[in-house]
Parts: sequence; C-alpha cells; structure tokens
Amino acid sequence: MRNRGSIWNWRGWGPLRALAIAALTLIPLLVVLASFFEPQPEVWSHLATYVLPGVLWNTAVLILGVGAGVLFLGVPLAWLTAVCDFPGRRFFAWSLMLPLAMPAYVLAFVQVGLLDFTGPVQTLLRAWFGSSNWFPPIRTTGGVVLVLTFAFYPYVYLLARNAFITQGLRAIEAAQALGYTRAQAFWKVALPMARPWIAGGMTLALMETLADFGSVSIFSFDTFTTAIYKAWFALFNLPAASQLASLLVMFVLVLAVVDQRLRQNRRYAAKSYSPVRIRLQGGARWGAIFFCSAILAMAFVIPLIQLLLWAYSVWQEDFDGRYPVFLLHSIWLAGLAAVAVTVLGLLLSAIRQHHRDSLTQWIVRLATLGYAIPGTVLAVGVFIPVAWLDNQLIIIASWLGWETSQILKGSLLVMLLALSARFLAVAYQPIDAAMQRITRNQGNAARSLGLSPRQTLMRLQLPMVRGGLLTAALIVFVDVMKEMPITLMTRPFGWDTLAVRVFEMTSEGMWDRAALPSLAIVLAGLLPVILLVRKSESGLH
Amino acid sequence: MMDALILDSVMLGYGNRPVVSDLSFSLAPGEIGCLLGGSGCGKTTVLRAIAGFESLQGGRIALNGHWVADAQWRLAPERRQIGMVFQDYALFPHLTVANNVAFGLREWSRVDQSRRVVEMLALVGLADVESRYPHELSGGQQQRVALARALAPGPTLLLMDEPFSNLDVELRERLSIDVHHILKATGTTGLLVTHNQQEAFAMADRVGVMLGGGMQQWASPYALYHEPATRHVATFVGDGVFLPARVHGQNCIDFELGQLCRIQPVDVPDGSDVDVLIRPDDIQHDDASPVRAKVLERVFRGAAFLYTLELASGDRVLSLVPSHHDHQIGEMIGIRLEIDHLVAFPKEAI
Repeated sequence: MRNRGSIWNWRGWGPLRALAIAALTLIPLLVVLASFFEPQPEVWSHLATYVLPGVLWNTAVLILGVGAGVLFLGVPLAWLTAVCDFPGRRFFAWSLMLPLAMPAYVLAFVQVGLLDFTGPVQTLLRAWFGSSNWFPPIRTTGGVVLVLTFAFYPYVYLLARNAFITQGLRAIEAAQALGYTRAQAFWKVALPMARPWIAGGMTLALMETLADFGSVSIFSFDTFTTAIYKAWFALFNLPAASQLASLLVMFVLVLAVVDQRLRQNRRYAAKSYSPVRIRLQGGARWGAIFFCSAILAMAFVIPLIQLLLWAYSVWQEDFDGRYPVFLLHSIWLAGLAAVAVTVLGLLLSAIRQHHRDSLTQWIVRLATLGYAIPGTVLAVGVFIPVAWLDNQLIIIASWLGWETSQILKGSLLVMLLALSARFLAVAYQPIDAAMQRITRNQGNAARSLGLSPRQTLMRLQLPMVRGGLLTAALIVFVDVMKEMPITLMTRPFGWDTLAVRVFEMTSEGMWDRAALPSLAIVLAGLLPVILLVRKSESGLH
Repeated sequence: MMDALILDSVMLGYGNRPVVSDLSFSLAPGEIGCLLGGSGCGKTTVLRAIAGFESLQGGRIALNGHWVADAQWRLAPERRQIGMVFQDYALFPHLTVANNVAFGLREWSRVDQSRRVVEMLALVGLADVESRYPHELSGGQQQRVALARALAPGPTLLLMDEPFSNLDVELRERLSIDVHHILKATGTTGLLVTHNQQEAFAMADRVGVMLGGGMQQWASPYALYHEPATRHVATFVGDGVFLPARVHGQNCIDFELGQLCRIQPVDVPDGSDVDVLIRPDDIQHDDASPVRAKVLERVFRGAAFLYTLELASGDRVLSLVPSHHDHQIGEMIGIRLEIDHLVAFPKEAI
C-alpha cells in the first residue's frame, strides 16, 4: 500500500467523488441557470408583459405576508411553551408540531372548502344571521397568506423553542439580576439572542413558500411555480418554463445563502436547564391557553376532522379499484426514492468523513443545496438534459434497428432523479449527524484490531449509523409521498399517485373526493412528526 | 534477540510543519517503554505512526524484525498486529462488552472467541460485565475493557495513549500497577505515552523524555532521576534545584555546601563554572551539622516535610525531612549534603 505518489492517494479523489453526487443537484441547477444567460427575446417579452408583473407582485406579497405571519405565530408560541408555565403547556409543546404532518395543499383545500361561500361555516352563519356577506372571502391574497402561515409556522416554532429552552430562562435571570424587568429582559436579551434561530426558521418557511405549488394553485394565485407549470403543460413552452425557473432560483439561492450563514451562527450554549418557569396568572394564563388552542385547532384539528368527515361521506364510491393503485404507486415511488436517497446520503457522508480537504467539504455543501430548490425548477432542470440524452439514445437505437420515441423520458428515472436531488439534504443530515458521533479513535481502534477500511465500514460505521439511516429513509419516504409538483410534472403518463389524485380532484373543486388520498398522506406524515416529537421530548423538556 | 520495536531516525510532521525529528529508540520483547513529555512534544504522533495511522516523512520503523514504514511506504494498520488503548477508550457503543473484546477475533471460531473473551475479562478483573454495554460501565471499567479488547488478539506490541488520564488519582495508580503486571504476565511488549511521571515510573522499564519533537534521554526511570542527560530532563523529572559551583582539579567541584569529589567525572575543564543538581533527598537534616539554613516554606506530605531552605548565599534548596522534625518557618536548621550521583551541567549562558 503506497501512500504517496500513488493514484489511490491522489488528492483529487475527494472532490471528484463528491462532485459525482453533487451533479444530481448541480446539473439541473446549471441547466436552468444557463437559460437565464441565453435569453430568448420573444419568450422574454411575452413573460415580461403577461406573466412576470403579476407573479413578481404575488411572490413579494407572499414573502412579506407569510414571513410576518410565521413570526407572529411561531415566536410567541415558542416562548409560551418553552419558558412560561400554564395549564396544558406540556400538551401544546408537542401538539403544536403536528401541522408539519399536513401538507400545505391539504390544509389549503380544506380551509377553502370550509370557509368558502358554499362551505359549512358560511352556510351556518347564513342560517343564523340571514347573511354571511360580512364574512371575509377566503379565496383572496389574505387567504393564501393565512393558509401558508398555518402550514409553515412550525419551522419558526421549532427553532425558536430550541433557542428559548437552551438559553431563554438563564438570559432572563441574568438580565433581571442586572436590574431589568422581565419584559425588558425579553426584548433586550432573550429575543436578540434567539435571532439566528428565529431567522433560520423563517428562512425555511420562506423556502417552502417559494416552493409551494399545491396550495397556490388551489387558490388560483399565480406564482413562479404555477407559472412554470402552465408554461410546461398548458403552453408546452419549455424555454419559458426554464426562464421562469431561473428567476425563481435567484430568489431561492439568496435564501439558501442566508440559511447557511445562519446555521453557522447557531452555537449552542451548554444546556443547563433552570426549572423555574415563568408562571402565568389570571388573564395571561387564559390568553395563553386560548392562543395555543386556537392555532392548533385552525392549523390541524379542524382540518383533520373535516378531512375525516369528507372521507367518510365518499368512502363508498371512492374506495374503488383505483384508490389502491394510487396508494401502491405512492408507496412504490416513495420506497424507491427513500432507498436511493439514503444510499446517496450515506455515500456523501462517508466521502465527507474520509476526505477532509476544504474543496470536498464545499462540494458536499453544494450537493445538499437541493432542499432549497423548488420541485418545479428541479423537474424542468432534470427533464431537459434527460430529454437530450434520450434523443441521442433514440438515434443510437434506430441504428440498431429499434424504433422508439422515448427510452428514459417515459420511465420513473426522471422523477427519481429530481426527487433525489430535492431530498438528498433531508437524508444526508441525520446520517451525517450519526457519522459524526463515531470518533476518529473508534475507527482507528477497529483498524488496529485488524480490520481493513472496508471491513471497518461494514462492522463499525454501518451498525453505528443504522438509526440515522432509518430516520433518513423514513423522512424521505414521507416527503416523497407528500411531494406534488415533481411527481405531477415528470411522472410517466397515467402513473398517478395519491398527491396527483389530490391535485386532480382539487383542481375541479371536488374537495370531498380529495379527502381520502389526503388522509393517507397525512397519516404517513404523522410518522416523522412523532419521531421529531420524541426527539425534542427526550433532549429538552 | 530481535527487538520488538525499532524506530530509526523517524521524522514526522503535518505538511510543512515538523512535529518529530530524528527520533530513535528500541524496545526488547517483553519490555515496557514510555514516552514522557508535556503536551505538544510529539509523543502521541509517534505512537500513531507506530500504529500506522501517520505517514513518516523520514526514517523507518520495524516491528519484530520487519520494516513496516519508511518515508515512501507504510503497512496498513490492520496488518501490523498491534494493540492500541486510546485515551478516550474508543469503545464501540453499539456492542456489548463481550462483543467489544471479541471485535478483533473475527477469524477465530466461535468457541475460541468466547473462551478468549472470558479469559481476557478475567485477566483484567471484569468477569461479570460481559453482557453490559460500555455506557453502563464506570470509567475504570471502560479502561479495563479497552485493555482487554486490545490484548485479545494477542498483539506483539501494545500501544497506550494516555490510558489513565481520564481517571482519578487513586484509580490511576492502581490500574497502572495492574496493567504493568498484566503486560508482564502475558509477555507483551508495551509502549505508553503520558505526561505523568509517576505513571511512567510505575509502568515502564525504559522511559524516553521528549521535548519539542526530539528525544532528550531514553533510559531507566532510575537513570533518568539520578543521571539526567540534559538540563530539561533534570528539571522535568523529579524535584530539584541547581546550585552554582566551580570545577576543581580532577573530578572535583567546589560549591557552597562543600567539595564533592570522584563521584562521577564531570566533562568540563578545570576552573569552569557549572550548575550542580541538588535533589531534595540529597539534603539531609542534621542538627549537629555546622551548615545552617533558614526554613522559607514547608509542605506537609504525611511521612515527610518538603522544606524550602535558604542558604547563607541566598540560594535555595529543597529538603525532604521525616515529618517528626517539625520546624517552623524562619527557623535555622542544620543540614548535611549526602549525594551519590553528581549531576552538573555547564553554566547556562544568560
């Protein structure tokens, strides 16, 4: 085993191996960005006149509205459950994470179905008061912002709560000892200290907002994602779709950079936990209970009950021969993607562990950028190069006497590639966290006991990261089940999943018919939330 | 007989930063060696290079008469048949104690494996924890498991990196004696790295004092203490002070406490100035002695007092005195020089 001057110890292997996996994300990203740098005048002028003004305005409204909304829900909820004490606090602490199980598009159609003019709420109001015209219309900008806020506030809640638990009470006590009142201490110390966490949660919420396709299309609220979808399917205009995608990527990359910066600022203080919570009294106590229950009800309980009612009402007609097929497709796709992405995540983590040079680390970070890129963009970015490759293959096939119109395009491959790029980071994080718990000396101990690097991987690393692998696979599985735009845009013709079924039913306004597939998705979505709850309950109280 | 371990002019470093330069020493089979030095002296890097985790920049290393590493080449760690005990033990948290110990025995039959595990755990005095997991054990028990795991495959050389540094003082003393006996009983050659000289003296037959990536002296603990080769070894190992003296004729020196002759040759010309090392046990308390010194400080050590004494010249010496001689600070007491090894170094240019 030569260790210098040998090809096996060439310094380029690390970056090269990392790049092989990063290509999954980088190629679609570059394909989409390339279209930004070679603008086609007629496409642009069409977009600039008819599409962009509305889309840009709507996107700005969404970012401001949802950004403010998740702050106003997430931060107070986190503070109440992390630092204060009131009846029901323990219950709210975990149950306020439940909305994570419900995809935004499910929440959207349930709220529209509930609160629209013909929905049960307004019907009831009319029966009581004779008129419901004073009731604010739900299918408006305000409605979209409200629904997305309810769907995405848990990101801020989770991270802010984490910050408050680890440093909130101590900071308050330290400030009080220096003569501040509790309220002053909150504004001057606790809140500023938690800023990197709160901003991080908000960045994630905004990434989801920009990536959202299902909810905005239910509200017929035009954003980049719906515009890309329309350019693709209604106009069959691939250049327009990729031009729009490139613009959206610009927004998203800004958020991704902000997110990476914030992560570096989140240094945990030692977890010394002071048990003396701020006990809420009188009005404040009832206010806290009301605030928490209202949000839990609006974001999870009422929508879930409505889903169950609808599902019950259509059970007979809907649970026909097609429903199991949707379910099977969803499970098959999610299972395939979970295995593929988990393997890729493990490889990436192993590469990062093995090659410690900064170039490799940098490329690994690029490879996990996919979580920030909306599904619509990845669909376009994967489809274009695969279609090109397909055309080459078809030519080769025709030389060999095999006439066909598509080889790769009609397969699950495009979908799997795009899904893998999108969810690689989701799998990578728990795996890498588990990897990092293996110390260098443990690896060395295995080597000095006579195991080769490969045997060390099989007998030490793999068993030790098993938990991380299972978590990764589960989260990817559920995320793929929930995923809508990639599946919708790149699935083989007629290959429908639960999410596709939901889209089709909701685009015709048949809320009740969308309930049964949605329910399956929500139930699956509860699994990772249970994991999350258990983790946060064991780590922090 | 062939040496178990040879280091020949070994050079180590990270990139362009040299860590160890021109290091040579060897261990005979069954011998226990120790690299002693402060943090950053390169001792752990040497150990890792012997285990095969670091590449050499120069020199070479042999195990049992086979070269295993030089500047161009190194044998993979798993092929060196070396046992290693790590500072943090590096036990495998997902395996029971028995499986940890059996980890290096994968080519043994199942029966042999379990017999060996029982044998090893009995050797380290842990017969009853076989099916427990590492996190359920105390620090001292984890240390023993790490030792059992390293010894199980029957390595020809056992490397130990600060093996007792995470333990409290009492346990450290007991374990270092236990480990010494275990290595001797199994005939295993051992090499220990530590910054604690008590540990080094308790464990090792030969101790190497390292400073700044180089070996200052490689000798028995007795020789290190009484015949230090360098000023650094003299001050690093044991207590002591230097007193100024002048070489006088053949093998004699004059200094404040009298003249010392023919104890050991001093390799410096007649009439030159030297510093003489005075250990606390070289100064005897003797009420009848005409030489008096003033008590400046005293530290009670149970069986003895360690007095800091001021001589007439203002120079200070240490003296270890049985504790029934209870003198107060400021008192003048009689002292007498009783020295077997004369250690002197040329006066340091200031």
